[in-house]
Amino acid sequence: MTTIDAKRGMYIIVVGGGNVGFHLAKELVEANHEVLLIEEDPQRAKDIADELGDIVLDGDGCEASILERAGTARADMLLAVTGEDQNNLVACQVAKQRFNVARTVARINDPKNEQFFRKLEVDITVSATSAIMAHIEQELPTHHLSVLVKLKGSGLELVEVRIPEDSRVVNQPVRTIMLPYQSMVVLVVGEDGLPKVPSGETVIHAGDEVVAVTLHESEEQLRDALLAPAPARSF
Amino acid sequence: MKVVVMGCGRVGAALAAELSSEGNDVVVLDNDPSAFRFLPDDFRGTTYVGNGMDMDVLEKIRVGDADAFVSTTRGDNRNVMAAQMAKHVFGVKVVATRVFDPLREEMYRNMGLRTINPTRVQAKRLKHVLEAPSDEAAHELVAEFMRQEDA
Repeated sequence: MTTIDAKRGMYIIVVGGGNVGFHLAKELVEANHEVLLIEEDPQRAKDIADELGDIVLDGDGCEASILERAGTARADMLLAVTGEDQNNLVACQVAKQRFNVARTVARINDPKNEQFFRKLEVDITVSATSAIMAHIEQELPTHHLSVLVKLKGSGLELVEVRIPEDSRVVNQPVRTIMLPYQSMVVLVVGEDGLPKVPSGETVIHAGDEVVAVTLHESEEQLRDALLAPAPARSF
Repeated sequence: MKVVVMGCGRVGAALAAELSSEGNDVVVLDNDPSAFRFLPDDFRGTTYVGNGMDMDVLEKIRVGDADAFVSTTRGDNRNVMAAQMAKHVFGVKVVATRVFDPLREEMYRNMGLRTINPTRVQAKRLKHVLEAPSDEAAHELVAEFMRQEDA
């Protein structure tokens, strides 16, 4: 019995029963979490309940009274995944402000809202637009810095760059790179395709793939540090 | 003073018209161009078709230069999101918004927005009008409400 209890996951509230919310709830149930899905449209709520069982609450997940009925105060996490950014923001803010939910996650359509949401009561933002853009950028042969993963809570992220031929860091050891605050080069993959944890003496070559950890707000500076061309020399 | 009014419904339009007639530089935003019909013919401010929750739109109308921002759309969530954007992203000093849900209104007020909840006030006033002893008394009550607003 205890093992089953220990296996019992978190209490997770999903706001929004569209395609994203539905599949999310389904996966979470399969992963043994306690799930409650809040859906505004009564017909849709009923359809989901027919399929997933008695885990659906019909109502507006931005309303404090509905969140109260959902037992939000004991929720470990609230995932706001409606199709509208403003509804997701408000659901997260009400969950934080009134019910002190530890972790709130908002689905975002307009990637420009990401930083703004995180400044407010949203711990994690997930944007399909950004995810797809990141994939496209990885495919492009241009000198982009792509974000591989955002680390939980700390504001740090792992990024990847390919060093262009004209970069100022070409043929320079790692210790000479002027990295922004809290940034580190953690992995260098050379032409041979072998991963290497760099030391200060590791020399960077054109075409190397470099994985670094940085703060989201330092991305621009890091891009500049690794990708900007060497300044023209005057003789 | 530069003021941005988001939502050109009856309330937004009346507010924009009044602010403009007092000599303020007013920009009215609405998704729906036909909403501007609520503005008086002699409105001297600017109208802009666009979504007030879109950072690009707010950038374009230079919300950052505004002294005040007010959101009066029909959606509570739209209103508070745009208001917070104006305040926290663009640094607008005075931000006011209408919130129909009393609980949400209270919450955002505590979070530093200037909020107004028309629901309670209107319900109370409607009750007074309903319970007035005669039609004439009801009309007099409404006139009294208007005088209070103008004062």
